[in-house]
Order: sequence, then C-alpha cells, then structure tokens
Amino acid sequence: MLEVHDLTVRFGGITALDGVGFEVAAGEMVGLIGPNGAGKTTLFNCLTRRYDAQSGTITYEGRDLTAVPPHAVAGLGLARTFQNLGLFPRLSVRDNVLLGAHHRGRAGFLSAGLRLPRVRREERELRADADAVLDRLGLAGVAAHPATGLPFGTLKRVELARALVGRPRLLLLDEPVNGLNAAEVAEFAGTLGAIRAEYGLTVVVVEHHMGFVMGICERIVCLDFGRKIAEGSPEEIQRDPAVIEAYLGTAA
Amino acid sequence: MSTTGTTEAAAPAPVRQRRRLDRRWAGLALLLAAAVYAPFQLVPFHVFQLTMVLVYAVALLGLNLLVGHAGQISLGHGAFFAVGAYASAVLLDRWDLPYPLTLPVAAAVAFLLGLALGVPAMRLRGLYLALVTLAIAIFLVPLLKRFEELTGGSMGLTLAKPQPPAWSGLAEDQWLYFLTLAVAVAAFLLAASLLRSRVGRALHAVRDNEIAAEVMGVRLSFYKTLAFAWSAMYAGAAGCVYTWVIGFVSPDSFTVNLSITMLAGLVVGGLGSLAGPVLGALFVMFVPSIAQDVNDAAPGVIFGLLIIVVMYVAPTGLAGLAGRLTRKIPRKE
Repeated sequence: MLEVHDLTVRFGGITALDGVGFEVAAGEMVGLIGPNGAGKTTLFNCLTRRYDAQSGTITYEGRDLTAVPPHAVAGLGLARTFQNLGLFPRLSVRDNVLLGAHHRGRAGFLSAGLRLPRVRREERELRADADAVLDRLGLAGVAAHPATGLPFGTLKRVELARALVGRPRLLLLDEPVNGLNAAEVAEFAGTLGAIRAEYGLTVVVVEHHMGFVMGICERIVCLDFGRKIAEGSPEEIQRDPAVIEAYLGTAA
Repeated sequence: MSTTGTTEAAAPAPVRQRRRLDRRWAGLALLLAAAVYAPFQLVPFHVFQLTMVLVYAVALLGLNLLVGHAGQISLGHGAFFAVGAYASAVLLDRWDLPYPLTLPVAAAVAFLLGLALGVPAMRLRGLYLALVTLAIAIFLVPLLKRFEELTGGSMGLTLAKPQPPAWSGLAEDQWLYFLTLAVAVAAFLLAASLLRSRVGRALHAVRDNEIAAEVMGVRLSFYKTLAFAWSAMYAGAAGCVYTWVIGFVSPDSFTVNLSITMLAGLVVGGLGSLAGPVLGALFVMFVPSIAQDVNDAAPGVIFGLLIIVVMYVAPTGLAGLAGRLTRKIPRKE
C-alpha cells in the first residue's frame, strides 16, 4: 500500500532523513520508533506533503505521492494526527471533526451561500457521519464544546475522530498516547485495535511508549539520525543490538 | 420557526443549542420588524443616517468574511467600495442603465478585481499583506482622477437618485432605505449560510491553523483568494448602494481613511461574529457625527480614543461584549 524508497530530506546542513526505505502492506499496523530527532515526524510530513524530499520516492496505492499537492493528500484516503495536537481551538469539537470530512464535500462559496438543496443534503450526510464517529469515540457529550480546555486525552480522541470521518485507508498517528496515563493508554490501544478492524485501516504509528507500540504493532521500523537502523517484529526489534544501543538502552 | 420537539429532551446539549438558535432567530426577526417600522417614525435625516449604517454594514459583513473568519487582513477595502460606487455611477451616467441592474454589475466588477488582486496578495501574510492592500487604497484616488472622461475627475459625478415607484407611496428617503435594507438582508443571509457550511468551516480552519487545515484537504490559496474576492464583492455592492443613496461620487469620498475606518469599525464591532459588522457600522456612522457636535476637531480624537477604550474593555469587540452580557450561563458545563 505504501512504499517509501531511499527518502532523503535535508534542512540546510542537517540531514533529517537519509535514504530511508520501508513498505507498509494493506491492513498492517506498523510502528515507527527512534530517539527524538530521528526523523519520524519529518517522515510523516513528507507523507502528507508538507516537506519536499531532496531525493527518493513515496508510492501510495501505486501513485507517486511526491507529485500530489498537499491539499489533495486527504482526498487519497490518507489522514494523520499531530504530535502536539493540530486542532482548531476556536471551533467546536463537532466542527473540528466535520473538517476531517472537508475533502468529501463539494459545496463551494456560491452554492453554500445560497443553501442549494444538494448542499443541504451533503451537509446533513456529513453531520450524520461526524455524529456517528463522535458517538463511537465517546465524544458526543463534548460535541458542542470548543476544542480547547478539554483533557488532553479527550483532545487526542477528537483528533482521531477527525481523521476517521475522512474515511481514510491509511492512518498516520503521531504519538497518539503521548501524555496519557497508563489506564488511558490501555483504553486507547483497545479503541484503536477495534477501530482498525471496523474501518479496515492501515496504520503507521509514531510512539515512544514502548509497551503500546510493542503490544499493538505487527512490525516496527526503527530510525536513528535519519537512517533506518532496524526493521522487524516487536520481538526482533527488542533483541536488536543496534536498537538497544541507539534507543531502548540496556537493563542496568 | 420554533420547532424544538419534546422528543429531543433526551439529548440536553443539542437542545440547549437549538434553543439558543431559536432565540437568535427570534431576536433577528424582532430587529427586522424594528428596521421596517423605523423609517415611518423618523425624520428624513435620521432615515438617511440609518440607510448609511446599512450601507456600511454590508461592506463590513464582507470585510468580516476576510478578516474575522479567514483571518487575513485588508487595509484596502475602501478601494473596492469605491470601485462598486464608481461602477454604478458610470453605468448610470454614461449608459443610463436602470439602477437595479447596476448592483450585480458593480458587485461582479469588484469581485473580479478582488480575484485579480487576491491571487498575488494572498500569497503574503501579516504586515506584508497589510501593506499591499493599503497600497491598493492609496493608488485608487489618483487613478480615479486620472480617467476624467469616465469618472468626472476630481469633480466626481452627480446622479439622480432612484425614485420611489408610485405604488409604494413612500418618500424618496424611505424608498432608498428599503432598497438598502433589502440588499443588507440578502447580504446577511448569504454570509450566514456561507459561514454555517463547509466553506465557513474551511475559512475558520485557515484562520486557526493553516497546517492542519491543509492536512484536512483545505486548499489554502483557493479559500484565501476567494474570501478576498467575496469580501471585495460585498464592498462593491455596498459602494453601489452608496451611489444610489448619495447620488454623488468623487475621489475624495474614498480616501485611505475610508479603508482604515472600515477595518477599525469592524474590529470595534467584533471580528468573526455576525452581529459585529452591524455594531461596527453603527460605530462608524454615529461616533464621528456625534463627536462633530462636541467640537469640529473632535471626531478623529474621539474615534481613536473610543477604539482604544473598546479594545481594552472588550477585546472581542462590541459583539463579544454583548454576548458576554446576555449569555449569563457559562459556556463550560
């Protein structure tokens, strides 16, 4: 489904990604780990076309992703969440989630201003979908609340809801359990597993919480200083000397 | 319009929201009724003043789309107001077009000009955008004086005002008032539906978080440019109605001051709210003329001081202040 090949990104003299390559098959849940600054978020930003790569290719469902303009990525069924939340704080939770369905709508300035019947129909459908996703993630109670001032874990779920309502096929999660307590992490892992099956999602998740990553991912890619240093099943990664050296550390 | 069913009692949050909406519509209907009643109770000069409030309200509604909702700045919207006013004036003066037809033409001209200027301007942001839009306003006055054949140069153009049809039984000032009211109501409804739709959400997303907006599939340049063009169109429509009401256009009516006054009025009225433009229009219309009664030199000073006071007391503008006073129930929980 996703093939990243020899991807290199440089910012000035810093090489953020250095010839990274890996593949994600449809239906897989892949973890992306590595120390801070290893290039994990940079990789996500390449996949969503925020950054241009100096070299390398990204192929998504057989299409060259590097030729797609940034705003068109969502329409290809690729959604992401952000490490430090990318919500719209002045909009309600429901409106935030509705924005996730933006690429599914067609209403333009004039047709929306005139409230044409097809615009109203489209809006009704999107609202029904958004409410269903809000319900599914237990957010119906805060739907009218502005997407700020709520507990961090709740806002993380709002981001997930916003990604899901876009009906993605590939979901990129950037540190989804960062800042959550142990109970919340376990709950999120359960929700994510269930949702992945329900929506038939392929997931790539960046996370530092090793219990979460090792528990939920089938395959793990480890980056260090922009290079892929290991790839394999959670068990293989945990035994890999390079990963232990660079990231996991050894038991004292 | 109140259709809040008892069946929805199980879901408290949406019902509360619905009730607030109902109250809002009831308030608007009351306001509209008062607006229809007013011209029969006021002396012609006050009817004229209210008409001008509505003219400014249309322009500020448009400016609000750009500044309050899409989060971009414009210090040059007086120019689009002037373009609408002159488009209407020239059409009436040179081609004797029936005046209702000048409205769509003036709006379209302002829209196209907004689109043409918006494409390059919306690549800029913050101070740079402010400067470029300010330049548009500065350029305009000499440009209008230059094409004397068409625009009447610095003398301007004097035109006959639209006359009330016999069936209406209205005086001229009342007829002009109702024409303006009709345009203002249409402009308000158009903006309100626009903002409640996918497009409105996209504009808000651009304002609040461009990066996330783009990930959602919102094409930034498209929405910014169209917001600019639409707000130019509103300013153009307001300018056209201005020509109907005043019956005279001259370059000196549309100096940079007008652009700055519009933006200041909108900020005072309340950015990003539907009531803001109307309150801002009241402010723009009445504060200078009331201050004029105090002292000839006072308007500028009082206008400036009031802006400072409002910004201190109500950073979200008069609309925000009114909202805070009426909404005693706290939003949270």
